[in-house]
Amino acid sequence: MAMSCTQGGLTMNGSIVGSYVVPVHPHPLLVPEKNEGWGRLRAAFDEARDAIKESGADLLIIYSTTWPSIIGHQIQADPNPQWTLVDHDFHDLGSMDYSFNIDAEFAEAWNEANHNRGLQSRTVAYHGFPIDVGSVVALKLLNPDNAIPAVIVSSNVYANRSETTVLAKACLDVIKKTGRKAVAVTAMSMSNRMFTEFIEPSEDRIHSLKDDEWNRKVLEFLEEGRLEDVAQLSRTIHQQIRVQKVVTFKPMWWLSAMNGNRNNLTGRILAYEALHGAGGAVVQLDPTSTGMGDKEYDEDDVEYYKGERNVLSADEDTTISEESITPSAGPALWEPPEGKGAVNSKAAPKPVGMYPHARQVGDLLYLSGVGPRQPGTNAIPGGPIRDDEGNPVEYDIKAQTRAVVENIARILEEAGSSMDKIVDVTSFLVDMDRDFAGYNEVWAETLGHYGPTRTTLAIRALPTPIAVEMKVIAKI
Amino acid sequence: MAKGSIVAGCIAPHPPHLVYAENPPQNEPTSEGGWEQLRWGYERLRESLSKIDHDVLVLLSPHWQTYVGTHFLGLSHFEGLSVDPVFPNLFRYEYNLNIDVELSKAIHDKASNSGLAVKMMENPDFRVDYGTITTGHMVNPAFDKPLVVISSNRSTHYYSVEVMQEMMMELGRVTREAIEESGKKAVILASNSLSHRHFTTETDVPEDMSKEHITSHAMHLWDMRIIDYIRTGQAQRILDEMPEFTEQAIAESDGGGLTWLLSSLSVPDYPGILHGYGTIIGTGNAVVEWPCHVHKGGSQ
Repeated sequence: MAMSCTQGGLTMNGSIVGSYVVPVHPHPLLVPEKNEGWGRLRAAFDEARDAIKESGADLLIIYSTTWPSIIGHQIQADPNPQWTLVDHDFHDLGSMDYSFNIDAEFAEAWNEANHNRGLQSRTVAYHGFPIDVGSVVALKLLNPDNAIPAVIVSSNVYANRSETTVLAKACLDVIKKTGRKAVAVTAMSMSNRMFTEFIEPSEDRIHSLKDDEWNRKVLEFLEEGRLEDVAQLSRTIHQQIRVQKVVTFKPMWWLSAMNGNRNNLTGRILAYEALHGAGGAVVQLDPTSTGMGDKEYDEDDVEYYKGERNVLSADEDTTISEESITPSAGPALWEPPEGKGAVNSKAAPKPVGMYPHARQVGDLLYLSGVGPRQPGTNAIPGGPIRDDEGNPVEYDIKAQTRAVVENIARILEEAGSSMDKIVDVTSFLVDMDRDFAGYNEVWAETLGHYGPTRTTLAIRALPTPIAVEMKVIAKI
Repeated sequence: MAKGSIVAGCIAPHPPHLVYAENPPQNEPTSEGGWEQLRWGYERLRESLSKIDHDVLVLLSPHWQTYVGTHFLGLSHFEGLSVDPVFPNLFRYEYNLNIDVELSKAIHDKASNSGLAVKMMENPDFRVDYGTITTGHMVNPAFDKPLVVISSNRSTHYYSVEVMQEMMMELGRVTREAIEESGKKAVILASNSLSHRHFTTETDVPEDMSKEHITSHAMHLWDMRIIDYIRTGQAQRILDEMPEFTEQAIAESDGGGLTWLLSSLSVPDYPGILHGYGTIIGTGNAVVEWPCHVHKGGSQ
């Protein structure tokens, strides 16, 4: 990820000069001689160590999946944490003494940058703080003489893609500002299903053929430098080869964002072996472009986190009243007019102009455009598409589309009609590229079952901050 | 040798906030109090246990998470500094505790014989998890009785709640048998909360009780449902509904402690005593005691 002028994809200052994926289990550190595969992982760690040294990196940033956090992300800021770590599972392999060189100043700056981008985070600097096994293994093997100052960040158990991406961008803010040459490391397993029985070292292998096949596919992508593709497959990978623990396959979101969400890195698989059944890989990702095609970006690029996390505010009225939201979230609401054939429902959101919810002509019912706003509160399920200042924000098209369908059902019911009598639908999307798939999925689950004809149009905007609206004709 | 027995079984949750709020000399951070409902509940539990003769506390902690089998602390003494990795601002505690290795090994051996994967933890550098220390402190702050500490096998995450239940029912059964054969009187402690959805923000003053409440109505309903079963002697229904409870309330029963506790008590059909209920950073916590010693046909 270039932070200054670039040539051939390479930068010398204020940049990510290399990225690595490394395994979290202590076997390569403590007992590499007991299994040939563990020995090969150790050799790969050593190769990565040498490459990092040669890169001239002056900062090592570890994102560790074995450091879960709840109150936002935590960043280690003790300049010299020291302790003896014993793994909770593999305590019989031995103890791990550590003494690390942490860049506390960078940690504090990253924390501030997180806050500037809307994230909850904090630094921790306490004697005896239990640094996690993934970070300890990574730092002891990649930076054994502490020559390069390091930073460690936790993996928040509740963080979604937006938060994890913004976490990386905040880190890049500081790298750019300080002109650092940083190496980004994710301490993580590939497939993380271990054997639940005790095994002899010689018996170690990937837990299942299915896990092995998925691991190899993911590594094939990484070898081609397709980091963003792996990141976008993160949820699928987690479902397929990960034990459903609290920390998911989210480190790839972080690592990809640290590299500008690119698909044209230069990847090398230094080792891939089993660690008590889990997939352990050492992967090197050089920022140099391979010349391959860059990303096809099908997820939003998030700059600021605007998610609702402040659930502590019990003394604040979190109920969204119609009055409180209308002035800032769109045009004024109107009482729907009565008139010949007009159909209005109290169970549907108020219109934004002087028109009824529907009008009956003969045995046909013509609905005004129906959006996802909720009756009474005017809230938008899935969130609005922009904030009060007009800045784009994350939203859920599926939730919005479901809410549209529910509002349609309410109006039809008021008129004495029903979903199975819908004849024709015209749908309007404000972002066809982003939203068509999600909208189409909900359509198939709902209206698609009733078989109306459909036309879907891309339009520039709708009157309220919503992404989808439908115009419906139904029989009575 | 007289036959041993379980004299009480307890749900004894471990949020470090409770220790922080008490300002004990072992804990470095200081507070202005907080979470009194639960701390008063623990006071009532301690008062109740003080009247029951017992030799050992047997504890299963969700924060000693093991993925390869169930582990037991296997050395007679542990001491050191425990810092909570999630709430280090609240919990930096100097611990000093003793282990009943003989009983630990007895439960370990029986579990092994019944087909469970088990291991004794005998590395002297091992740092005892903060869940064990918090529950140990809240039940017996003097730490003047030995403990048996059992790890939380994460079979729920590997397989399903149903598999976890099968394993923990068996572990509970062999725990009871080993205690009976030991001739000792034991208190059983499941160190877990009920609903377990946290807030992800913290106030500047963590003990600001004006900010403390359950995270959602759904979590409250689940907590009250489980407490109702506890208070009306319907432990079997807790086991029956464990899959739904664990999934929908994101309950810490996923660690197996509650199932293990109920199994070790032979699934009590008499009421448990609710000493206290309260929320901690949004999670639901109950301090509960099943007074086995007064119930024939219980675990004795």
